[in-house]
Amino acid sequence: MIAVIGLIVGVAVGLILKPDVPIGLEPYLPIAVVAALDAVFGALRAFLDGLFDDKVFVVSFISNVFIAALIVFLGDKLGVGAQLSTGVIVVLGIRIFANVAAIRRHIFHA
Amino acid sequence: MSEIPPFDPAAAAADENVAVEPTGVQRLRRALLHPGRGQVVVGVLVAILGAAGVTQWRIAGTDDDYAGMRQADLIQALNGLQAASRRTEQDINDLERTRDALQDNNDKTAAALDQAREDLATLGVLAGTVPATGPGIRMTVTVPESHLSLTYLLDGIEELRDAGAEAMEINDAVRIVAQSSFETVGGGIEVDGRLLKSPFTIEAIGDPDSLRTAMNFSGGFVDDIALDDGKVVIKRSQHVEIESLHSEPKPQYAEQVQ
Repeated sequence: MIAVIGLIVGVAVGLILKPDVPIGLEPYLPIAVVAALDAVFGALRAFLDGLFDDKVFVVSFISNVFIAALIVFLGDKLGVGAQLSTGVIVVLGIRIFANVAAIRRHIFHA
Repeated sequence: MSEIPPFDPAAAAADENVAVEPTGVQRLRRALLHPGRGQVVVGVLVAILGAAGVTQWRIAGTDDDYAGMRQADLIQALNGLQAASRRTEQDINDLERTRDALQDNNDKTAAALDQAREDLATLGVLAGTVPATGPGIRMTVTVPESHLSLTYLLDGIEELRDAGAEAMEINDAVRIVAQSSFETVGGGIEVDGRLLKSPFTIEAIGDPDSLRTAMNFSGGFVDDIALDDGKVVIKRSQHVEIESLHSEPKPQYAEQVQ
C-alpha cells in the first residue's frame, strides 16, 4: 500500500514540481528509469514468489540504476554510447518481459 | 484474513517452511491491506522512480530532438543537415538559373514583340492597312472632263511621294499605296477599280510646307493642271485624317527568300 502511495506521490511530485534535469545527467535518466522499472518488476515478482526482501530490493534498485548509468557513461567515454544504451535497454526490456510474465502467471495462473 | 499478521519479510520467510504457503495473490492482498515498515523504503524508492519517470516522460515529450543527444549523434545529425542544406542550395541555384534564363527569354520575347508592333504600325501606314493621321495638305483638283489627263495626276502623286508623303488618299475613298492602279475611263478615272470624278480631293500626310512646295514649283503639278484648264487649291493642315484602307492580299506567287 505504501509502495502504491509512494508511486502516486512520486508521479505527483514530478508533475507538479517539474524538476529540471542537469544537462550532464540527461542521457542517463532514461536508462536509469528503465533500470529502476526492472528492479521494481523484479521485486514484485519476488514478492509474489514469496522471496521478497526489502534490503535486497533497495540494493538491487540502487545497483541497477548505478550500473546502467555506469555502462552508458563508459559507452560515452569509449565512443559507443548510443549502441551501449540500446544494448542496456534491450537487456532490461527482456528482463522486464520475463518478470511480467512470471507476475502474470501468479495473478492469472496462466 | 484477520489472523494473518502484518507483512514482515523475515516472518514471511520463516513462515514459508512451516505454515501453508500463501499464494502470491494472497500475499499481495495482505501487503496492500496491512502495510508494514519495510514498505516505507520501498515506497520511497518507487516514489523516486515515479518522479524520474514522469520527468523523463516530460523531457522526451516536450524538449526538442537535440537536447540530451550524444556528441556522436549530434555530429551525425549535423552532417545530415549540412548535406541537406548543400542539396537545397544546389536546388536553389538551379532554380535561380532557370528563372533567370526564363526571365531573359521573356525580356527578349517582349522586346521582339514591341519591335514587331512598331514595325506593324509603320508598315501598316505605308501599306495602307491602318488609318493614319498627322500634318499634311488637302488638295482639291478640278479638271474639265474633256482635258482629263491621267499622266499629270500620276506625276502629281509621284511628286508628293518625292516630297515625303507617307500616306495618301483620293476623295476620302481610295488609299493610294505602292500597288494602286490608275486607269482612264469614260467620265473619270478608275483608281484601284473605283470610278472617281472631278473634282479630286487628294489628302497627303507629310511635312505640309515640303508637300506644298513640291506642287507649286514652276513647271510642276499646279502649272500642268493649269495648262489643262484645271484648277488646284492647296490647303495646309496640321490634322489630316486618312481613314480609307487598302486591303493587302496575301502574295500568291512571290515567296520570301530565306
